[in-house]
Amino acid sequence: MLKVEEQQPVTFSSALVASFDEIVNRYPAGKQKSALLPILHLVQAEFGWTSVPAMDKVAEYLQIEPIEVYEVASFYTMYFLQPKGKYVLEVCRTGPCCLVGAEKIMNHIENKLGVKEGEVTPDGLFSWRGVECLAACGFAPVLQIGPEYTFYENLTEESVDKLIDDLKNKQI
Amino acid sequence: MARKLLLEHINVPGINTLEVYRQKGGYRAVEKALKTLTPDEVVEEVKKSGLRGRGGAGFPTGMKWSFLAKPEGVARYLVCNADESEPGTFKDRYLMTHIPHALIEGMIVASFALGAKTSYIYVRGEMMPQIRILEKAIAEAKAAGFLGKNILGTGYDLELYVQPGGGAYICGEETALLESLEGKRGNPRIKPPFPAIAGLYGCPTVVNNVESIAAVVPIINDGGDEYAKIGIGRSTGTKLISASGNLVKPGVYEIELGLPVEEFIYSDEYCGGIANGKRLKATVAGGSSVPILPANLTLKLANGDPRLMSYESLSEGGFATGTMLGSGGFIAYDEDQCIVRNTWNFSRFYHHESCGQCSPCREGTGWLEKILHRLEHGQGKMSDIDLLWDVQRKIEGNTICPLGDAASWPVASAIRHFREEFEWHVKEPIKSQTSNYGLANYAVPIEKEEVKQENL
Amino acid sequence: MSDLVKVTIDGITVEVAPGTSILNAARQIGGDIVPPAMCYYSKLEGSGGKCRTCIVKVSKGSEKDPRPMPKLVASCRTTVMDGMEVQNITSPEVLEARSGVVEILLINHPLDCPVCDQAGECDLQNLGYEHGLQKTRYEFERRTFERVDIGDKIQLHMNRCILCYRCVFTADQITNKRVHGILNRGDHSEISTYIQTAVDNDFSGNVIDVCPVGALTDKTFRFKNRVWFTKPVDAHRNCNHEKCNGKVTLWYKGEDVLRVTARKDQFGEVEEFICNTCRFDKKQTSDWVIEQPTPISDTSVVASNHYETFKPLPVIKEDLALQQANKIELEKSIKF
Repeated sequence: MLKVEEQQPVTFSSALVASFDEIVNRYPAGKQKSALLPILHLVQAEFGWTSVPAMDKVAEYLQIEPIEVYEVASFYTMYFLQPKGKYVLEVCRTGPCCLVGAEKIMNHIENKLGVKEGEVTPDGLFSWRGVECLAACGFAPVLQIGPEYTFYENLTEESVDKLIDDLKNKQI
Repeated sequence: MARKLLLEHINVPGINTLEVYRQKGGYRAVEKALKTLTPDEVVEEVKKSGLRGRGGAGFPTGMKWSFLAKPEGVARYLVCNADESEPGTFKDRYLMTHIPHALIEGMIVASFALGAKTSYIYVRGEMMPQIRILEKAIAEAKAAGFLGKNILGTGYDLELYVQPGGGAYICGEETALLESLEGKRGNPRIKPPFPAIAGLYGCPTVVNNVESIAAVVPIINDGGDEYAKIGIGRSTGTKLISASGNLVKPGVYEIELGLPVEEFIYSDEYCGGIANGKRLKATVAGGSSVPILPANLTLKLANGDPRLMSYESLSEGGFATGTMLGSGGFIAYDEDQCIVRNTWNFSRFYHHESCGQCSPCREGTGWLEKILHRLEHGQGKMSDIDLLWDVQRKIEGNTICPLGDAASWPVASAIRHFREEFEWHVKEPIKSQTSNYGLANYAVPIEKEEVKQENL
Repeated sequence: MSDLVKVTIDGITVEVAPGTSILNAARQIGGDIVPPAMCYYSKLEGSGGKCRTCIVKVSKGSEKDPRPMPKLVASCRTTVMDGMEVQNITSPEVLEARSGVVEILLINHPLDCPVCDQAGECDLQNLGYEHGLQKTRYEFERRTFERVDIGDKIQLHMNRCILCYRCVFTADQITNKRVHGILNRGDHSEISTYIQTAVDNDFSGNVIDVCPVGALTDKTFRFKNRVWFTKPVDAHRNCNHEKCNGKVTLWYKGEDVLRVTARKDQFGEVEEFICNTCRFDKKQTSDWVIEQPTPISDTSVVASNHYETFKPLPVIKEDLALQQANKIELEKSIKF
C-alpha cells in the first residue's frame, strides 16, 4: 500500500484534456470508461509515470471510482506505478529472443548502466527491465523505449552501447 | 514462386500510403463489396473460401460471422485483435507496419458484412509505432471517402478506431480483449455467453485476428472459390508464418498452406536453413503454446511421410507425435539450445501473463516455473519431472480460458519428447550449467513405413 | 409445469426452471452431491467460475444434443439443459481434478488454521479435509503479504485469500461505494485499497461474512474464541437502517455475545445482509430479541460442543457383546 501524502498533486493541461475528450468520443455514450487505457498512456507520456494523484484525476474525469483506475493500472505492465528513468530500456526476455542472445544483452545493459533491473541511474536518465515477448522475434534481440515505444532490433553489445551514448548526448 | 495474396506488394516503395496502395489495386474489395454485394453475400464468399482464423484457434471465419446475433435495434461490433503477443509470432506487426491499408480495407469489408457501424482495432500498447501508422492510414482512408458517412455513396456508414492495450498477453484472448476495450482488467469472461451473442458493451460482436481480416480482401477480389483452390484440404489459402530462432533468414513469409516443413526450413526461398551451419534440434511450429517437437517429428510424420505446413498435417498424430499450426509462430532450435531452459523461459512467460482470475492457472503456472527454474539451475530432483507432469495435468482443461492449456502444453511436450534431457539435468547438475545436452537422437530421420504390396 | 427442464446429477433426477445452473440444481437435490463452491455466491451477481472447485463432468449435454462436454465445467456457471446428465462425486475424474484444485489453492496458503479466527467455519479448511493431501508437494517459499486493517473493524489477511472476488462484488452491489478491489495480476494479485483508505460504510462488514476463508475477519472477535466453543443463537432487533432488518446470529460464550454475524443458510450463504451497527455495536443480550438456538448441522465442528455425544443405552451396558461392538464410542464417552 502506498502512502498518499508522498505524492505531489498534478494538473492536466487543457491540451491534454482536449485529447481525452477526443478519445471519449470514440465510444458510445456512457461507455467513457473505455477511454481508460488510452488516457493512462497519455498521462504517463506527460508525467513519466502513473501517480496516484494523476489516477485520481483520471477517475474524476471519467466519472468512475479511483479504485477502478488502480485496478486497471496495476494489471497492465506498461503503466509505471513508481517513478522511472527518463528512458526506460525494455528488453524482450522471452524464448525466441533468448535463442539469439537477449540474456547477454540484458547483462550488458546492467553492467553499462550500473543499475539493477527496475532501478534508476543516479542521473535520473535510465532504467531498464526485461519484458515479455514484444512480437518481434524475427528481428531479435529487441528492445523498446517509451513513450512512443521506438523499436531497436537485431541488438548487439555495440549497438546497445551506441544507443545509450546517443540518448545521453541528446540530453546534453 | 508461391502465390502471395497479402504480401505481394510488400516491397513496393510507398505501399504504406493510400495512393500507392490504390495504384496496386487497393480498395477494389471495398468497391466490389459495398456496391455489388449484399452483406450476406460477403459472408457467403468468406464461408466458401474456407478461411480459418489466423490468430491461433483456426476456427472457420465465415462460420464465426454467421453466428453473429442480429437483434433489431442493437448495435453490432467488429473488433480486430491486433494484440499480437504469442512468443514466436510477429506477422501482424509486420503487416500493419508495411501494408496498413490491407487491414483497413479488410475491416471495412468485414464491418459491412456484419452490419457494424463502429469498429475497433485493438492493438497491443507496445506497438505504439503501428498505432500511429494505422491512425494515419485511417485518416487517409477517411479523406478518400472509404470511411465515415455514406461510404462511396452507398449509404453505408462506418467509423474505425484504434485502441491501444496496456501490456497483457491475456488480452489476445477475445473476451479478455473486450474487457480491456471496455476499460477494465483483462480478465477473460466466463463463456457462455459468447461474444457473438453478448460481446462488447453486451452487444453482438465478432473478434477477428489481423491476418484473418486482411485475408478477406483477396477473398472478395478473387472470390471465395478461387481462394479455396489454394492450399490443401481444409487448410485453404495462404498463411503468414513468423520464422524466428536459429535460422539463416528469420522473418515473415507468406506460404501456401501445404508447403512441406522441410522446404520451409531449408529452401532459400524461405528460411534458408539453420544458422551458423548447425543442425536442427527442435521446433515450435505455431507459437510458444503449441507442443514442441524434436527435429525428426518436425520434418516427418510418425509414419515417415513428410510433414506439411497445414492445420491437419501439423496436428497429425495428436499430441503424441504432432503439434499445431497455431498462430504460425515458427521457432527453430539448433543443436546447442537447451530444451529445459527454453521450457523454463516459456513457463516464466505464462506465469507472468496469467491474469490471476482462476486458481489452477494463477497458482499452477508459478509452481511450474519454480520447478523448472530449479531443474534448469542444477538443483532439481528426479521426482520433479513427474511432479511437473502432474501439475501441468491439473491445470490443463480446468481453467476459464485457454491460457492454462497454453501453459501446460509446452511443459508436457518437452517432457514427452525430451525427458532424457531433463533427467540429464538432474544427473549432471554441474555439467548442465556449463554445457548442453546436444542433439542426441532428436534428429534421427524417421524411416517411411514399408508399403505392403498385396498383389505380388 | 411443462416448461421445467430435467437434469440428472449423480443418478438423481430433478426438474428445475430453465436457466438454472448445475450447481443450483444440485442444491435443490441437496446432500453429498452438491458441489463445493468457494467463489460462487447466489446473492452476488457475476460471481463464480473462478475457483474451479465446483467443476463437474457433463456426460450428456442434453436430450437434443447428447454429446458430452469436452472438458469439465464450472457447475456454478453452466446452465442445465433438458435431459442433461452430470457426474459429480460419481466421477473419479472430477474428484481427481477437484483435489488438484484444492492442492493448488493450498500451495501458497499459510495453513495457519491454529491461529485463524475462521477455523471451524472455513470452506477451504473443509475442502482440505475432504480432498487434500496429507502433506504438501510444494517446496518453495510461500507468497506473503503484510496484514492490513481496512477500517477499524475489519482485518485483511491477504495470505489466506483465494481471490474469490466475493468481497469485491459485495462492495459493488451491497454497499454504495467500492474503495477496495483486485490489484496487480497473476499470483501477485491482491485485495487492496491501494492507497491507505479505510473501507468505511454502513454495510462494509458483510465482506467478512461472504469471505470463504479467513482473509477478512471481524476485528472485534479477533482471538476472542474458537468458533466451536461458542454457541450460535438466532436473534433480531428493530434496526432502523433502511436496508437492514436486524436478523442475525449471536455467537455466545457463556453470557457474553462475542460476535454478531448474518444468518447463514445450509450452503454457508448469508440469508440477509446486515448493517455494521448490528454487527459491531450491539453486543449486549439486551440489544436483541432471542429467537432460538441456531440450527447447526451435526457434521459441523460447531456442533461437537453442543450436541450430546454418545450416551450408551442401558441395554448396552448390560450386554458384553454389545459393549464389544460399541467399544470405540464407549471409550470416547468415557473420555468426555
